[in-house]
Amino acid sequence: MMEKILSRHFFNAEARKLSFYLNDGGYEAARNALTQMTPQQVADQVIRSNLRGLGGAGFPAGRKWSFIPKDSPNPRYLVVNCDESEPGTFKDRHILEWTPHSLLEGIIIAAYAIGASQCFIYTRGEYLHYARMLQAALDEACQAGFFGKNIWGTGFDLDVLIHLGAGAYICGEESALLESLEGKKGWPRLRPPFPAVSGLFGCPTIINNTETLSYIPAIIRYGGSWFAGLGTPQNGGLRLYSVSGHVKNPGVYELPLGTPLREIIYTHAGGIRQGRKLKAVIPGGSSTPVLRADEIDVRMDFDSLAAIGSLLGSAGIIVMDESTCLVKALAVLAKFYHHESCGQCTPCREGTGWMARILNRILDGQGVRDDLENLLRVAGNIRGTTICALGDAAAMPVFSFITKFRDEFESHVLQGRCLASK
Amino acid sequence: MPTLTIDGQQVTVSKGATIMQAAEALGIYIPRYCYHPGLRVAGSCRMCLVEIEKAPKLDIACYRQAAEGMVVHTTTEPVKLARQSILEFLLSNHPLDCPVCDQSGECDLQNFYMEFGLYQSRFLENKIKRRKAFPIGRHVMLDNERCILCSRCVRFCEEVSRSHELGIVNRGDRSEIALREGSQLDNEYSGNVIDICPVGALTEREFRFQCRVWYLNRAASVCPGCSRGCNIELHYNVNRPHQSGGKRVLRLKPRFNAEVNKWWMCDEGRYGFEFIDAPSRLQDFEIRTAQRTVVASREQAVQTLSDWIGDSIDRHGSQSLGIFLSPKLSNEDLYGIGKFARHVGIDCLDFRNPSERPGYQDDFLIQADKNPNTRGCLELGLYRRSEDSGGWMAGEIQRGKVRVLIVFLQDLALAPEFQQVLGRLERLVFVGSNRNGTAEIASLVVPSATYAEKDGSFTNFEGRAQRFERAVVPLGSAVAEADLVASVAVSFGMQREEFERERLLSDLRREYPFFDQEALNPPELEWVYQTPIGQERL
Repeated sequence: MMEKILSRHFFNAEARKLSFYLNDGGYEAARNALTQMTPQQVADQVIRSNLRGLGGAGFPAGRKWSFIPKDSPNPRYLVVNCDESEPGTFKDRHILEWTPHSLLEGIIIAAYAIGASQCFIYTRGEYLHYARMLQAALDEACQAGFFGKNIWGTGFDLDVLIHLGAGAYICGEESALLESLEGKKGWPRLRPPFPAVSGLFGCPTIINNTETLSYIPAIIRYGGSWFAGLGTPQNGGLRLYSVSGHVKNPGVYELPLGTPLREIIYTHAGGIRQGRKLKAVIPGGSSTPVLRADEIDVRMDFDSLAAIGSLLGSAGIIVMDESTCLVKALAVLAKFYHHESCGQCTPCREGTGWMARILNRILDGQGVRDDLENLLRVAGNIRGTTICALGDAAAMPVFSFITKFRDEFESHVLQGRCLASK
Repeated sequence: MPTLTIDGQQVTVSKGATIMQAAEALGIYIPRYCYHPGLRVAGSCRMCLVEIEKAPKLDIACYRQAAEGMVVHTTTEPVKLARQSILEFLLSNHPLDCPVCDQSGECDLQNFYMEFGLYQSRFLENKIKRRKAFPIGRHVMLDNERCILCSRCVRFCEEVSRSHELGIVNRGDRSEIALREGSQLDNEYSGNVIDICPVGALTEREFRFQCRVWYLNRAASVCPGCSRGCNIELHYNVNRPHQSGGKRVLRLKPRFNAEVNKWWMCDEGRYGFEFIDAPSRLQDFEIRTAQRTVVASREQAVQTLSDWIGDSIDRHGSQSLGIFLSPKLSNEDLYGIGKFARHVGIDCLDFRNPSERPGYQDDFLIQADKNPNTRGCLELGLYRRSEDSGGWMAGEIQRGKVRVLIVFLQDLALAPEFQQVLGRLERLVFVGSNRNGTAEIASLVVPSATYAEKDGSFTNFEGRAQRFERAVVPLGSAVAEADLVASVAVSFGMQREEFERERLLSDLRREYPFFDQEALNPPELEWVYQTPIGQERL
């Protein structure tokens, strides 16, 4: 059995062409789904595959589809979240660049399963180059008759529109994404209703991450059970791990869910650069709680990471070696969340700026004894009180950095001294 | 119809009702900034976070719907802590310039800090500087430093005025309220954003620095600006006249009425109160002869008027008397005047000024008829049904039939029909609150009280009779129109008691079933959120 699905042809420029993809058996799964299977049979395979939402939340993909109300008279939409704005994450970019047809085929199958005839791909403005590659692939697929009216004579219609956002982190949050797609300011919505009931333009909408959809052709082709067997229980299949930071070989690695973090860092990414010691790892994109060097024997799946108080998130692994000042690292993260807070609700709007200013003051050598307790308190006041998860995302690094590396922070605050080795 | 428990009290609410509404039904106040019952729920300020049993975290009362068996707590430690922390966040970049802020005293940052805050600030950073105190429209000043971004004003301009001038620009704590490019906040209802702004971000240009709000008194009233009859509050300052340059009535605020104006009023009405304390106010009785004008006492004026009426009836019969009423008079005054007219046999009555043209009208509150009580005049029958306007009375004067004309409030000198003939009258009596062209040529001028200076009622275009209450005493020697008529009527054998205002109203309600309405029960000022230190908000 093969051990790679999406990354088999990474870095092969031919692979993004339709002819190459067809030679590889491409669009057979979609054709099979549309001509041989009912939408429910398609959804059943995806449920069986244990495919989880790979944007970060990890919600079972097949179950999400089932939330579409059966009796709504409104059109249904499929929206692809290709905003990929979580720092440390660059897997979707690889999909657009090297295997765009996997995404497009996944879109056909998913749209068929939920009964959508219109799909929107929302991608960040900074991905203009990759969006053009995706558009080229889409144009080819349209010419081949895989999109448009009456696909494969089944009577199923599907159009796809690629929309470029303006590059706001918050527009990766699914309800802010919908607002942005509707032409409004990217402000998250209050829930309920959830998008499956009232999403884009008030219509039932399924929002799936790029990577999630890209795995669906393989699931249909080889079966949900096969995919599920590749991972750990309840964490089906493979996924793309984005590894960045102080490793010898940063990049995207396609590995089973549940691969130990140590193996990813030391075997696949080549270990820490320049023979230095590992200090800290952010396992799943900048929002997820940081891990100490002694915590990396964890399996990289949703449940194992949750069990040790962190999150798999988008599997954006940020590796920091002993030369890293974690106060500065946290200040960089805090600056990011301050910059990206949408400003809609009070705790996140005011709290992210407050935390960033405290951390900058500490870095300037102006820290006071109360600062660390106050940071934890402010982060605590943001957590769980906001409309969307950005508030939690901004608070989690503050908790984990300060509690796990308290000595470094106290040294900065009390002695004005950085403990990072230079 | 879910039944839920809030703070140990059970309440059953209609399906879809929020926890906020359920709490309000129980009289439990949940603090809020962005929530306003007249606007779409924003859910952004997070001040109304409450604890719901079995829920993983606190939730906002303004949005979460009540559910069967739900158990809600609004006073537990987590809730108190959440309120404190929201206040701390809101105040972290707030300039705390209360001593120079007009909102001070009616500010929900102040009120809620005193009730739900009272924490020791741990904010050491520099506050964000923003643009302060700049006009964004004819009536409204914006201070972006004081703004807490509740978005009430934005939603008002989207949903109520539907004029879309305001928005929130930029992201995070750089967010601020801004005008749409090239626009001004100059819609017909712009003043409402000042009312709904819970802090001092939007203040009233006219009211700025006129008076500290805790020196203001309030009276329930009805806007006299058009025939809609929006329910309003008169805010007036009489104890510290030096604070507002001698002006007494300083601002009008809408008063909630679900059937008439909800929470709103138009700018035309809101800023239409200047006449109450204007220099044009008549304060003295004036008797004018060809040679000179003399100030008279009330007794002299009443005597003079009684003599003229009696004399004219004696010489030419009661047909020689005409009364030109005004649709700005209250039901009580109209009824009193009409009663006297009937008593002495005057049937030459009308109120429809031929020079008056319909004004601006919209599909919301503003009515083309700029008089508050046209309907009252019509219901009381104080006009000549066979004629389309009051111009017919000019003909009566022209023919020499009407020799003595008593004009209430109106400026007949503006109407071409009357301009020609007013000079033919033996006596022209003007009763009104403000000087106008008719007052200039009248042989007797009687200063009358404005709606702010007496109790009364107006009937709006829908036929709803609504009471207003006196805020301030009549200026100078001004009298309510019915009081003047009462003084005259006693010379004609009527009882003064018949003209007492409560008696006028009760007689009116008995005599004209149309006026026997619930809306005519005494008005009550809406409950206003009070701080725990026992100070009234106003």
